Amino acid sequence: MPVFSYLAYPVSGSKAQLVRDLAALDFCEVTPAENEEVLILVTDTPDEKTEKKLQEKLKTIKSLESLGMTFGHTDQ
Amino acid sequence: MDITRRDFIKSAAMQSAVASAAVLFPGISFGAWKTVGSGGIEWKKTPCRFCGTGCGLLVGVSGERAVAVKGDPNCTVNKGLCCVKGYHSVQILYGNDRITKALVRRNGKMVETPLNEALDLVASKMQETIKSHGKDAVAMYGSGQWSITDGYVSSKLFKGCIGTNNLEANARLCMASAVTGFLTSFGMDEPMGSYDDLDHADVFITWGNNMAEMHPVLFSRMLANRKAKNHVKIIDFATRTTRTSQASDKSILFKPQTDLAVANAICYEIIRNDWVNWDFVNKHVSFHKGKTNIGYGTQDHFKFKDKAETVDFEAYKAFLEDYTPEKVEKLSGVPAKDIKYLAALYGDPDQKIVSYWCMGMNQHTRGTWINNLVYNCHLLVGKISQPGNGPFSLTGQPSACGTVREVGTLTHKLPKGVVMKEGARKLAAKIWDVPVENIDPKPTYHTVEMFRALDRGDIRFMWIQVTNPMVTMPNLNRYRDGAEKDDRFIVVSEIYPTPTSDVADVILPAALWIEREGFFGNSERRTQHNEQIVPMPGDCMSNTWQIIEVARRMGFEKQFPWSEETYIEDCWNEYTQFHDNPKHRMAPYNDLKAKSGIVWPYVNGIETKWRYNAKYDPAAEGDSFDFYGKPDRRAWIWLRPYEPPAESPDSEYPFWLNTGRILEHWHTGSMTRRVPVLHRAVPEAYVEINPDDADHLGITNGSKVKVSSRRGSVTMKASINGRGRPPRGMVFVPFFDESYLINEATLDAFCPISKQPDYKKCAVKLERV
Repeated sequence: MPVFSYLAYPVSGSKAQLVRDLAALDFCEVTPAENEEVLILVTDTPDEKTEKKLQEKLKTIKSLESLGMTFGHTDQ
Repeated sequence: MDITRRDFIKSAAMQSAVASAAVLFPGISFGAWKTVGSGGIEWKKTPCRFCGTGCGLLVGVSGERAVAVKGDPNCTVNKGLCCVKGYHSVQILYGNDRITKALVRRNGKMVETPLNEALDLVASKMQETIKSHGKDAVAMYGSGQWSITDGYVSSKLFKGCIGTNNLEANARLCMASAVTGFLTSFGMDEPMGSYDDLDHADVFITWGNNMAEMHPVLFSRMLANRKAKNHVKIIDFATRTTRTSQASDKSILFKPQTDLAVANAICYEIIRNDWVNWDFVNKHVSFHKGKTNIGYGTQDHFKFKDKAETVDFEAYKAFLEDYTPEKVEKLSGVPAKDIKYLAALYGDPDQKIVSYWCMGMNQHTRGTWINNLVYNCHLLVGKISQPGNGPFSLTGQPSACGTVREVGTLTHKLPKGVVMKEGARKLAAKIWDVPVENIDPKPTYHTVEMFRALDRGDIRFMWIQVTNPMVTMPNLNRYRDGAEKDDRFIVVSEIYPTPTSDVADVILPAALWIEREGFFGNSERRTQHNEQIVPMPGDCMSNTWQIIEVARRMGFEKQFPWSEETYIEDCWNEYTQFHDNPKHRMAPYNDLKAKSGIVWPYVNGIETKWRYNAKYDPAAEGDSFDFYGKPDRRAWIWLRPYEPPAESPDSEYPFWLNTGRILEHWHTGSMTRRVPVLHRAVPEAYVEINPDDADHLGITNGSKVKVSSRRGSVTMKASINGRGRPPRGMVFVPFFDESYLINEATLDAFCPISKQPDYKKCAVKLERV
């Protein structure tokens, strides 16, 4: 049951789109900064397999410039 | 509702991301966080209970337990950000050795006792002491961490009912020089500006003030301003290199005590270059000098009273002739060009400038004087009481302003005015419903003298709340010996065992801040309310209610008639009668409950962000500035000379000892050392040594060093090139660790005007162990 948090940086000018893109994914909770071009992504997946699938989906999001991990937890 | 392990992990993940973002983007705000992963958590507002910044927190409660903290985005102080202490603040509620039952010393051992029995004993011992030794043989020693109502009822009991002025608070050790600085220069206490200045200024000068560690949230706002506007500068003017120096645009080091001379040299340069704002000075400033060679207070019964003499500008100009940059360079070690640079920053009419300071200027044997001198720098150029322009004295504790300074829990003070003034005594007697004769017109003991009186036996009974003097008193050995004498009776209201509770005859279990309703007042005159968020454990009781219980047992039921359900609101409504005028009107109870703090004077529903300026301050008359605190309605420029410290390094004790705080620990560490994350971050105190001195003495990083003064010694690990770096000839020791009582080495010299001790300067020697 992995839990991760990230700082998610949008492609320039795409913050609102990135919020929508991430919020549309299962297992993702998004909190945009009010005053900076960055948002927080917390992922909470039920198992390693789902986590890997989510990671693949995240790589395909065009409005996402990069992710910086700030926290990681697995039950292993 | 219960929080699941999963919710807790997600909350930790979120907090970690917020903390990382805060480092990368100072001032960042996540207002929508409320909706994230709450998992049944209810969020309730409170001010932080650590430093004087007054950050707004949202405490997450699950069931009856506080489980999480985040910054309150609605609080303009911190705009959703916290420091590492704030984020972990609720963990201080849950240490394993929390005191939850009353303890009474019987045959040398502390024995668990029913609370009512312990309160009976406190009241009867106090009455017994008054009967056998007089009213001035009992004393109370409180704190800038007292809630406002704690201080208010203590003042009413001791000054109004018992009739002794033996009431002091640890804010004497941290803010007294700021108070006397404000009073002597402006006639009224507390800063004229607000934290909004952080967003408006072009230049920030930190005077002996490591804001990056001591007021990290305010420092991050300063950094955010610099990042947003490329021209903003931060100048760190200090005696040692710190994280603040490292983040500043320019770091200037001066020799201890010579800030007095440098401030005068800045004013010399302002006048020499004709940067004086003559319109402001002619209309709003007057010039004064006081006594000189005023002593250091190291002997018992030391007395000093300053006397102001009015002089003119020419006399001031002539006084400054002794402070040319070139002369001051020799004394201070500050290059003349840097003094001229500082003067140019103050003198440039196009640059808005704020000076910040805290303990470096206040814990100073000429603390009042250096406060006056920094005001001089601002007054000469008229940069004061406007957005982005002003001197700003930061407070160390969460309610040093709200409780100690505004309620007046100091020997000479009343909630409004001083005991020496008949009008102030009459007002207090009327509101308190006591005979005016009860209130003694003569102050008794300031803090250092109060503990000397305890040692001498002039005081036999002392009740200590929310502070740890057996760690914090300078020249500690003497005062601990005094407290331990057989015929002294010490009551300590505490949450955890400390060296102070070790000397207690009675320990009363106290409630922590969010376990009871209360108020704090921060550095910018902001009053902040918190409701009771979680229940008190065991027999814990608020300090306010403990005092009320004892007062009633002493026969003062009429003065303390309130019910346990409404006493905080009732106290507030009574207390605010003292300040019911446009210069100091406090917000009503219901307004404070609804908002994340309100700045006073609060007039017609509007906060006053800049006092003494008619544009912002309803109490100011005319259309520009009005320094209404002084009879001449002018701010006073003082002629204050350089005078040396009480003790300086010599051949036997060749190093300066400087003491202070660090980011992770609050004061004596009695709370933060019980938070695992904070304790692991900095598990023990250390002595910072300059690498060249260490090399010369054969000391390596982590090796044991004995630090000795004429009064005591401590052996601890060396820190070389750690987070702070003292110059050659100085060491720095933080005081958070009760295992290393550095105050056994410090000197109990104080500013003769403020009576605040100097923890930043005494002489020590180092020995490799």
